[in-house]
Amino acid sequence: MSEIALLTAKGLSVRLAGRVVLQDVSLALSPGHLVALVGPNGAGKTTLLRALAGLIPSEGDIEVGGHALASLPLRERAKRFGYLPQGHVVHWPLPARDIVALGRYPHGATDPARLSPRDAEAVLRAMQAVDVMEFSDRRVTELSGGERSRVALARALAVEAPVILADEPTASLDPRHQIDVMKNLRATADKGVLVVVVTHDLGLAARFADHMLVLREGRLVSQGAPADALSEQVMADVFRIRAYRAEFQREAVIVPWADV
Amino acid sequence: MTNEDAARRRIGATAALAALVALLVLISLGIGPVRLSPLAVAEALFGGGSDVAQVIVREIRLPRTLLALAIGAILGLSGASLQGLLRNPLASPDLFGAPQSAAFGAVLIIALGLADVRSYALPVAAIIAAFGSVFVLLSIAGRNAGLLILILSGLAISSFAGAATALVMNLATNPFLVLEITFWLLGSLEDRSFQHVMLAFPFIIAGAIMLFSQRHAFRALSLGEETAQSLGVDVGRLRLFVISGVALGVGGAVAVTGTIGFIGLVAPHLMRPLIGHDPGRLLVPSALTGSALLLAADIAVRIIPSTSDIKVGVLTSIIGVPFFLYLIMRERRALGGGVA
Repeated sequence: MSEIALLTAKGLSVRLAGRVVLQDVSLALSPGHLVALVGPNGAGKTTLLRALAGLIPSEGDIEVGGHALASLPLRERAKRFGYLPQGHVVHWPLPARDIVALGRYPHGATDPARLSPRDAEAVLRAMQAVDVMEFSDRRVTELSGGERSRVALARALAVEAPVILADEPTASLDPRHQIDVMKNLRATADKGVLVVVVTHDLGLAARFADHMLVLREGRLVSQGAPADALSEQVMADVFRIRAYRAEFQREAVIVPWADV
Repeated sequence: MTNEDAARRRIGATAALAALVALLVLISLGIGPVRLSPLAVAEALFGGGSDVAQVIVREIRLPRTLLALAIGAILGLSGASLQGLLRNPLASPDLFGAPQSAAFGAVLIIALGLADVRSYALPVAAIIAAFGSVFVLLSIAGRNAGLLILILSGLAISSFAGAATALVMNLATNPFLVLEITFWLLGSLEDRSFQHVMLAFPFIIAGAIMLFSQRHAFRALSLGEETAQSLGVDVGRLRLFVISGVALGVGGAVAVTGTIGFIGLVAPHLMRPLIGHDPGRLLVPSALTGSALLLAADIAVRIIPSTSDIKVGVLTSIIGVPFFLYLIMRERRALGGGVA
């Protein structure tokens, strides 16, 4: 990435309960990219995402849109990040539209029943983008896993933030819905948003992402275009696998295949 | 159901509740050894009717009724707020030992002879003790406590508060004092004056304002603490507001009436089928339901024929505990460790 960076981190370290989970991570990400954050279990992917959103304390400098994250009040931070956590938990059986409307919370729309026209339009746009209009009045607890994950994605999109941070948005979805979610995120990135996605699916990452961050034991060990970042060497060192590589319909195909 | 339907239903239910509370207030003012019709009550309230009726309504029954109204409301509001904060339908001040701890604080002050039952030292001690209990409970619970941890910690805290209260009574040298404390612990609205109203109201109102101010944050919290934080909710501040609001409300209430249990647990449950599950919207209806429940219970203890007075706190617990058992049955999948 050579354009002007939207989200940068310098010397980012995170300690959780005395253990170093993230060490000296530096990166600079630009708008309009879909960035895949990959690495084995326990490499610190979720921690990095949380630290970037300012949800956990970290050492080092994070800047978003030229502002130091630490100097931004909570509300201002919230406007800059659409954060989509793992699992899409909703604790009460609320209607899907009310959940999506919570995406406008950082903009002062705290009551889904009283949205300003501007907020209502943002909610509508987000719901249309991921095709959940038909569930609008249904309770999220009654939706299937795939439907619920789309509602959760719509909620993150409704923030209309310059950065979207999504933690395993494709986990526990069937292949069709995995591809749908990635296509939605790709389309969001193509509109000029910086999208960072944590995923274990190297195949999906290679196909949809245009930039790759590879974490291993809390350190950023490789980054760049998918084919370069996921070189034979990286696959062997970080994931301890070899992969089948090919091209299908002019897109990169990576299929994890054998032990090293 | 569309949004408009839901909104209409919510407003209708809230208005009906408010009307019910108003009706119960009139009945509460009219019932007692001297029965007065709602019309006579209204007359006496606004300075008409006989002098006797005026004294009965304005000086004897009005404070009692106001206390039932406010205490029922703050208990319902506290229950709904704790359920919102913990995203858990089995949360309530009673189950977390808050009233029991507040009672301990108040009993300690009485037993030490530091204050009589009309001093501000009493609510202050009750509030501090209630704050301590909710604070400890939420600290143990951490960010994502399951039902089991919450209920067990609540059980431990209320047992401890009960034991501490028993110790104070055990060590008290004056048998009359012990009797006074025992009756006070049962929870009653009888013979309360405007002094009691002045004692409790400032704290109850402050607590209610603190809890109500957080209604939108409860809604964001439906998505879990991490997501709520990412939406700009200061979760640490929210917790502190809820702990303080509950402590002020419950402490202020307990200081003048003793422990009145289970209203906070029951009220939000009665409202969910009517109002929906949005924790921000449940606050006002739960407060109204709390008022209605306590007013009704306080009317009932005056109607039920018995050789000695039934205390209203006893009645709410007798009704509340079976309801709690019913809730446990309904939530047993979650309690059993499975996924709800």
